Amino acid sequence: MSSKTLERIAPWVTTLILVLLWWLVIVVFDVKAYILPTPGETIQALYQYRYPLMTNGLSTLTTTVIGFAIAVVFGLGLGIVVGSSRLAYCAVYPVIVAFNSVPKAALVPILVVWFGLGFVPAVITAFMLSFFPVVANVALAFSTIEPELTELMRSLGGSRRDMIVKIGIPRSLPYFFASLKIAITLSFVGSVIAEIIGGNTGIGNVMLVASSNFNMPLVFAALVVVGGLGIGMYALFDLWERRFTSWSVRDVASTTTGGG
Amino acid sequence: MSFIEIRNVDLRYGSSASGTLAVSGASLDIELGEFVALVGPSGCGKSTLLKLIAGLVKPSAGQVRVSGREVTEPLKTVGMAFQNATLLPWRTIRDNIMLPLEIAEPHRRTLKQDREKNRAKVDALLEKVGLTGFAERMPWQLSGGMQQRAQLCRALIHEPSILLLDEPFAALDTFTREDLWSVLQDLWLFRKCTIVLVTHELREAVYLAQTVHVMSSRPGRLIKNRSVEIARPRTLETTFEPAFVDVVHELRQAISEGKTP
Repeated sequence: MSSKTLERIAPWVTTLILVLLWWLVIVVFDVKAYILPTPGETIQALYQYRYPLMTNGLSTLTTTVIGFAIAVVFGLGLGIVVGSSRLAYCAVYPVIVAFNSVPKAALVPILVVWFGLGFVPAVITAFMLSFFPVVANVALAFSTIEPELTELMRSLGGSRRDMIVKIGIPRSLPYFFASLKIAITLSFVGSVIAEIIGGNTGIGNVMLVASSNFNMPLVFAALVVVGGLGIGMYALFDLWERRFTSWSVRDVASTTTGGG
Repeated sequence: MSFIEIRNVDLRYGSSASGTLAVSGASLDIELGEFVALVGPSGCGKSTLLKLIAGLVKPSAGQVRVSGREVTEPLKTVGMAFQNATLLPWRTIRDNIMLPLEIAEPHRRTLKQDREKNRAKVDALLEKVGLTGFAERMPWQLSGGMQQRAQLCRALIHEPSILLLDEPFAALDTFTREDLWSVLQDLWLFRKCTIVLVTHELREAVYLAQTVHVMSSRPGRLIKNRSVEIARPRTLETTFEPAFVDVVHELRQAISEGKTP
């Protein structure tokens, strides 16, 4: 087997080993299904509850993507402002960092009081958790533009808009896409937390109801669903990143060396 | 009246009188089409003097005039090149060189109808610096020396009347650097624009410049100017001739004397 194929199947082998370990622990220590279900019971629950899992999964996905979309637009705008103006950076950035340090789960009950149970608090929680990496990365890209480039643009009579459009935005794309992968994952965390604490639909809600009924196989099936959604979205943005920022991924083989 | 006139210029970084004095009482005349080099110990304010000419910083005292007019905002007629090539990694070499045409007036207004003309211009410049065939490459595919060649093209594409070079060859190895001396000399003989080259490499200054100005260590004052009368085009052989070596030696001494102990 070539080393390339070996590398490709390696993560699947690791996953398989982990699942086997899970199963082995149950067999060896005789763990009851209402504590920890076997992989088989989990798959069975996935099939048995496929309709509620699908509708609730879709609901969680919708909440997550809406919260994420708001976070991206907001984060991009704020990141550009904070990264290109020193004054804005001084005024706003410490506040954003402070806000980011607040545990968002603690805010969900407040949001429930303000907006009621369900959709809105979940979207807001997803947004709150996921905007920070976008702001931070875009601001970083803008604030680390080489001073020579700024001088060059000024000497050419470039406006601040030229600077943002010609230099800032293209330069921040790799940072931006890297942040999207983190943000979409955090967005899932946000919506599921909100569904558990104050939701009436979604995967988080399914897990809450199932665990209070000691239906552990369903809890695990829900975990598999939300994990799958997270991985899927991550993979999607990973693919996108490679599409749009291929220039930042160096291909060593085609580098020209030597010769002034 | 000279093309560029620097009169008793002080530059202090920081707002108060306690700020660091980078340049002190500098006076300098540069003629139209002249190739001038500024040399001096590191941190002596050579680069600051370039920024003063470009109008990127304002003097704390004194005056900078270009073609008789006082410089109060960034000049639109300069080309700049730096120690780092600062090419945009997401653009091909051609698109990198075109950048000034997209920004500077009046070129940006005629960008669309001049497409073919601009392409030809880029190709001509690339040929001049020995980069024919590299227009569609990405910057990271080029070696450091080739990136500097491309940077020179970017600095010249909008046909600036002043070219300001801030140690453009400092990060290169000796052989590459010496190759680029002759490239730059050719460009100047061809274009005859006014060039101000900041460097700490004395052989480079003497090889390229008509006049070499020596600055003292910080706060930078101009302590000597030396015109170099050696015939052009100068070659690598020239640098081993006694007349050349003498000038380098003389400048070396001036720099030693200008160092504050």
